[in-house]
Amino acid sequence: MKLRNVLNTKTPKSPLQKKGSSSIRIRNSKWLSFPYILWMIGFIIIPILVILYYGLTNTDTSLTLDNVLAILDPINLRSLRLALGLSWKSTVICLLLAYPLAMILSKAKNKSNFIVMIIILPMWMNFLLRTIAWQNLLERTGVINTVLKFFNLPMLNIINTPNAIILGMVYNFLPFMVLPIYNVLIKIDKDIVNAARDLGANGIQTFLKIIFPLSLPGVISGITMAFVPSLTTFVISNILGGSKITLIGNVIEQEFRVGNWHVGSGLSLVLMIFILISMAIVSKFDKESEGNSLW
Amino acid sequence: MTDNKLINLLNITKSYGENVVLDELNLYIRENEFLTLLGPSGCGKTTTLRIIGGFESPDKGQVIFEGKDITNTAPNERQLNTVFQKYALFNHMTIAENIAFGLKIKKKTKAYINDKIKYALKLVNLDGFENRMPDSLSGGQQQRIAIARAIVNEPKVLLLDEPLGALDLKLRQDMQYELIRLKNELGITFIYVTHDQEEALTMSDTIVVMNQGYIQQIGSPEDIYNEPQNAFVADFIGESNILPSIMVEDKLVNILGTNFICVDTGFGQNKPVDVVIRPEDIDLVKPEEGIIKGVVTSLLFKGVHYEMEVNACGHDWLVHSTDLVPVGNEVGIWVDPFDIQIMNKPESEDEEAAELEI
Repeated sequence: MKLRNVLNTKTPKSPLQKKGSSSIRIRNSKWLSFPYILWMIGFIIIPILVILYYGLTNTDTSLTLDNVLAILDPINLRSLRLALGLSWKSTVICLLLAYPLAMILSKAKNKSNFIVMIIILPMWMNFLLRTIAWQNLLERTGVINTVLKFFNLPMLNIINTPNAIILGMVYNFLPFMVLPIYNVLIKIDKDIVNAARDLGANGIQTFLKIIFPLSLPGVISGITMAFVPSLTTFVISNILGGSKITLIGNVIEQEFRVGNWHVGSGLSLVLMIFILISMAIVSKFDKESEGNSLW
Repeated sequence: MTDNKLINLLNITKSYGENVVLDELNLYIRENEFLTLLGPSGCGKTTTLRIIGGFESPDKGQVIFEGKDITNTAPNERQLNTVFQKYALFNHMTIAENIAFGLKIKKKTKAYINDKIKYALKLVNLDGFENRMPDSLSGGQQQRIAIARAIVNEPKVLLLDEPLGALDLKLRQDMQYELIRLKNELGITFIYVTHDQEEALTMSDTIVVMNQGYIQQIGSPEDIYNEPQNAFVADFIGESNILPSIMVEDKLVNILGTNFICVDTGFGQNKPVDVVIRPEDIDLVKPEEGIIKGVVTSLLFKGVHYEMEVNACGHDWLVHSTDLVPVGNEVGIWVDPFDIQIMNKPESEDEEAAELEI
């Protein structure tokens, strides 16, 4: 038999790693970001500057605010208002659908990524293709109506209405809402929830006072990631809204189509302000950038 | 005795898949007791605590609280509060809001809640921290807030899940005194989970040593330390020499070929037993004055004492002594009869498995 003195000896702490070598490596690895910085300058910074230039000048290159103020044109203003309204509605619907789903996913016992995969899977397919598929489904002579007609049920007439656009927005941007919320929810320590229960809170109180407030960063980034693309879309409204409904995205697209780059850029700047506002809200709330996994 | 059993666990069995964590566990906790569940990781101590708290439900068995079966009662309806291992403070709330959480849910008046917050912060020596946020506090401070948050609800029982595990040594020792003081001031029952035997010995009224889902021994710290019932307990609590021996007759035990006088009786004649001798109970004397002779083979300075290994009768004896004997010197080993603790040896392998599950 051997001496037993296992438990009184404190395990020695692992020696601190030598600082020098690793920090040198980090300093030297900065050049790795140069290709991306070049890309960023070429395809993000310069285009934005070009938009700024076109937006703030006339065809005779003189400075003007007319292009930006074109938003005050009643027709453009109506398109902006419509776009804001539809994207807001679709964002709320996304949130109402996404939150319970994210909640169920985060509680799933075998944290298999299978269901998460199913949510991400549509994102791998072309966005345009999926929207055109919805057009086929919703058309007066489309798949859904054919089936409804077969059973002598009332027809579904939502193609070319704002509701069809909302449907398209919700369908396309729902995963962008689910994932950030799911990401925050799985990070909430189970014992925080247990602590709330332990202190007397029932399920609803625990949700309202603990889970929901703690998940707000995810909700905020989800809202932005569903709201911003909805606000700027013109493809969904083109395909599902017919030609009658013009959102601000369609207006801008039209301006560029007819070669009026100056007004198109001016209106883009207005839209950019709305996007920057929502980004500012996000960066205020979303310190842990839950959305990073998406971009 | 039955009337002051505050909590009674009856035949609790719990398994995760194939892994049986608790097997037919029976345990009662008396009112106003500081009871510690002590054991290595995976011994089922935390699971036991979580079953009492209501965060896990047992596969079989009952949890009786003040005579009522609460096995299926939700945690929020149990009259006990928990201090979680990683504190589990609500980081989106101030310290005051954290402490007030349970009271607000119970719809106490504002004045009452404010009084309680003040009182609790004073109790844990953190006056004036009301408006701080949890993540601006140190680990030790967060720990004390977690305790404050639990005790303002005036629970009958406070469950503590390795609450000092994340703190450094000095802070841990300070918090041990704080916890004993708190317990005495509040007069509530503490159920404490730890793997740290020193913590358990310092604070507890009763220690429950667990291993592999079984209770190995229940007793006061002195009982557990001085009279371990089996080799696992002896080994786990403190340092020890565990020696396979033969009980020659009452009060006489043959250790490694030499007869030692001891005080234990009733083991029968010529029965194999395990003997535990604590390293500090071995006296090093002149070679001719000892019961057996040995040679010092290693020497370590440990601060309070020297730790030596003495090779005698083919065994390395662990010795703690304030007197230094250089390596290579011949010494005599002397053990007082009452310092020899005899333990039943498991007779068959099955019995050993049932008892120790090693």
